[in-house]
Parts: sequence; C-alpha cells; structure tokens
Amino acid sequence: LKYSHLRRITFADIIISVILIGIALLCLIPILNTIAISLSNKTPADLGIVFLWPIQFTPIAYMEMIKDSQFFTSFGISVQRVLEGATLNVLITILMAYPLSKSKYVFKSRNKYMWFLLFTMLFNGGLVPTFLLITKLHMINTMWSLILPGAVPVFNVLVLMNFFRDIPSSLEEAAYMDGANPLYILWKIYVPLSLPAIAVITLFSAVGHWNSFFDGLIYINLTSKMPLQTYIQNLTVNVDWGQASNMSKEDLVRALTMSRTTFNAAKVIVSMLPLLVLYPFLQKYFVKGLTLGAVKE
Amino acid sequence: LKNKSSVFYYHAMLIPGVVLLLIFSIMPMFGLIMAFQTFNPILGFFQSPFVGLDNFKAVFTNSEITQAMYNTLVIAIIKIILQMLVPITFAILLNECRLLWFKRGVQTIVYMPFFLSWVIVAEMFSHMFALNGMVNTMLMALGFKNPIMFMASNLWFQPIVIGVDVWKNFGFNAVIYIAAITGIDPNLYEAADIDGATRWQKVKFVTLPGIISTVVLLGVLSIGGILNAGFDEIFNMYNPLVYKSGDILDTLVYRIGIGQLQYSVGTAVGLFKSVVSFVLITVSFKLAHKFAGYRIF
Repeated sequence: LKYSHLRRITFADIIISVILIGIALLCLIPILNTIAISLSNKTPADLGIVFLWPIQFTPIAYMEMIKDSQFFTSFGISVQRVLEGATLNVLITILMAYPLSKSKYVFKSRNKYMWFLLFTMLFNGGLVPTFLLITKLHMINTMWSLILPGAVPVFNVLVLMNFFRDIPSSLEEAAYMDGANPLYILWKIYVPLSLPAIAVITLFSAVGHWNSFFDGLIYINLTSKMPLQTYIQNLTVNVDWGQASNMSKEDLVRALTMSRTTFNAAKVIVSMLPLLVLYPFLQKYFVKGLTLGAVKE
Repeated sequence: LKNKSSVFYYHAMLIPGVVLLLIFSIMPMFGLIMAFQTFNPILGFFQSPFVGLDNFKAVFTNSEITQAMYNTLVIAIIKIILQMLVPITFAILLNECRLLWFKRGVQTIVYMPFFLSWVIVAEMFSHMFALNGMVNTMLMALGFKNPIMFMASNLWFQPIVIGVDVWKNFGFNAVIYIAAITGIDPNLYEAADIDGATRWQKVKFVTLPGIISTVVLLGVLSIGGILNAGFDEIFNMYNPLVYKSGDILDTLVYRIGIGQLQYSVGTAVGLFKSVVSFVLITVSFKLAHKFAGYRIF
C-alpha cells in the first residue's frame, strides 16, 4: 500500500467530499422531486410546494394510471421492441464483426466493406427522404419501422470487430484443422470469448430501443401502436403546436403548465422503473460499456 | 488460413447487414435529389420540376433558417466546451477522493441520468422550471417577487438546455477521463511526494499533463459534432415562444419537412447539414490521426 493512503484526513479532503456529495445530490434531486410529486396530492403538487418529500401522501396518481390501459399496451410494445430490436442488432453486429476482423490478406474484400460501413456512418440521406422511404415501403404503423432502419449499429460492429481481433488466431486455426466452418468457429470460439463485450452491446442496444421516441412519433400515428416513450411524449406535449400561432401568449403559458402534474409524474416514474430496478445490478456492465467504445490509443 | 469456402462464408455473414444498410441508409440518399426539385409526391422523383439551387438559397436568406443555424452553433459549441470542462473537473475531484466505497457510490449515482430517455428528462426539468415548479418556489422563498417563465423565455432557454445536457451526460463523459487518470504511472505521484509537492501541485504537474493527450484527442473529435445541438433534448423542451433562441437546424428540418410537408426545403436544409458535418468529421478524423495516431479501423 502506498503511504498516502494512511495520511490524515485534511481540510481539503473534507471540501472535496462535500463537493462530490453536492454533485451526486444535484444528479438525484430532479428524480427525487418527480417521485415526491407523483406521490403527493394534486393541490400541493400544482402549487409547486413539493420538494423532495411527498406532501399529503397519496398513491392516487398511480391508481389513476392503472386505469389507463393504453399505458400498459405501450409498455408492452416497448418491451417487444426491446426484445426483437436488440436481438436483431446483436445478431447482425456479431455476424458482421467476425468477417471484418479478418485481415485483408485472408479476406480480400474486407476493406471495401469497411469503406462502405464508414460511409453509411458518416453520411446519411436525412430525415425527409428516410421518412418518405418508410412510407413507400408501407412500414408506417408497423413494428418494422421501429426495428429495421436502425438494425445495423455500425459503431458497435467496429467495437466488436476490434474485440475479435484480439482473440488469438491459433484457436481458430486449431478448430479449422478439425474441419469446423467459420460459422461454427464464430459461435463456438469467438462468441463465448467475447461475452462481456457482447453483453455490453446488448445492454446499450436495449436501452437505446427503450428510450427511443422519435421514430415512434413519425412512423406510428395510431396511439394504440405507440411505444412507451412516444406515448408519454404525446401526453406531456399535449399542445398542438400547429395551432400555436392562433393562441394568445396566456393560452400558451397555461397550456405549458397545465395540471395533470401528479399523473404525468407518475407516468415518468413508472416508465423509468425498469431501468431504475435493473441499473444497480447491471451497473458494472454499463460502466464497462462506457469505456468499451471509447478511444483506442 | 486463406481458403475459398471460408471467404464464401464471410460474404454470406456480411450480406444481411449490407442489404439492410443499402435499403435504409443508401436508398434515402437518392431521395436527396428532392433538394434540387420542387418535389411533388404525386409526380414523384422523375416528373417533379428541377429548380437548381433555389432551395439552398433559402438556407442562406430565410431568416428562420439562419437563426436556427446560429442557435445550433452557439448551443453545440458551449455544450462541447462544458462537456469537457465539467467531466475533467469531476474526474480529478473523484481521483482526489480516497474512500473507495464513497467513490463507487458517487459514480453509481452520477452515471445514472445518462441512461434515462430525453422524453423523461425533459419532462422532469420542464416541470422543475415551470411557473409552479420547484425552482420558482425556491426563488420566491429567497425573496423574488414574480416567478420567472423559464421555459418561455428566450433569455433562459439556452442556458437551461445546456445545463440539462451537462446534468444528463457529464458522468458518461467523465468515464474516459477517469480511465485516463487511472492509467497514469503511480511512480510519478510518489516522485512528486518525495519532492514535497502539495496536492494542488500534483494535480497541476502530474494529473493534468497525464490526461492532456486524451483531452486533445476528444476535443479534436468533437469538432464533427458542431452542428449537432441535441435534437432529442430540444425537441422535447422547446415551444413556439422560444423558437428564436431554441430552434436548431434539426428541429427546423422536422417542422418544415414533416410538419409543413415542404419536402424539398426540408431536404435541402438537411443536405446542407449532412455535407458540412461530413466534411468536419473527416477533417477531425484526419487531425486526430495526425496528432494522436487515432484510427477508426
């Protein structure tokens, strides 16, 4: 042990700890405030006097929410989307990362594929042409519109490709001598050896699908088929901005601050519940993932 | 391990992903032709009249668009600068703290907002800054006479958007600096101790020089994001009252292209943005390669 660990606690140590506690509190306060509002009575919530503890505690907002069957339908759609979307993302990532991890001497066309991937990562057709394409393909109001356009996570492919590169090729050669084909080698050697990386990629894909709202907003126009974040977005921004130019400033302000405060807070809390529950357990993967895609030096 | 049948497998593994990219990334690029037409969905791409660069003239003459471009640059640049300063400060503070469990606890809390969706984050903060929200209640308690309409004020909207972005992402951005600090040779600190360096001197002469290469690299790479002011965040927080300070290119493309069905102008603005971003990202990759040996693949 370094002797610095045994040093006395100084004034600077206390200051640093206090600042860090302050930072952590700043990160928690908005969430705690929302929880407190969701559990408060309507009147104090609308008056804005609820801080970090519920006033006139009542679970009524949550009970009200249970009656909203669309919320649970959307919740289910989001779960389905996460399962299907993340599975597809990960399958494609693994399948593409493996051949690309080969050198160009083994796989001559490798660099052509790489330039193609890089190009799709750096340049895109933009919002309007993509929207028109999805419309033309008759994917509006289907799960496909939420899963397929982002099915190839190019960045993840590059991350996993670099991971595969570090696996010693002698393993592969041995399996090859025994007559295994590349698909078998990928499945039996590469995938098991890179499970931590694949777990991280899966988690980030899943979180991405769960949190995504914009594709649901433009590709799904039936409320009954909306994923959860889009449904919540629709609820909270329940003002039609198309009409906004006809509204007076007072009307607009009222629309912005309309009540339903506790109800909306409850929805926000329930929609982040899966993440809040899983986060402590998955945290080590999450944090690993933050450095996984990070800069290679 | 060079062999025809393996190569066949490699191509086969890449095909599903490549086909999806061809459909959902490359096909929309052909739609960019709309930017040079007055596109009419009934006439289609082949019959719609060409107008040359007329749509692009709007990009530079329409005051709404130039304002959005200005807002985009201001918001994005301040975000980039703060998203380096705040995470670096936090990483150094955390490094100075020697209680392991305390460090872990702070990290767990601080990373969490990154995983919440923008819909939820925007809803929480919109409510905190509302007329009857927590912030105004606190200001009134401190003696302010009238509540401030934060979310409807062109003075406050940009600082709030930037602050909320820092709140959500600084933890995520700090991870890379924490990793860089961990990588500093402990002998350097010991040597500094022997020379009688104070804590502040160690930060200044060991820690900071130890991470400066990471800082420069990330700084250079962030140039590519200079036209990305954060669509998801602003889309969920803005309203017509703050278009003047809060409207950015992406939100404008959405409103023009999808909201008002002006496909051609929307595409032109989007194409302008894509091309500039493409050039900036390419340049930043080149610079990063030159100064830090950074390679994408």
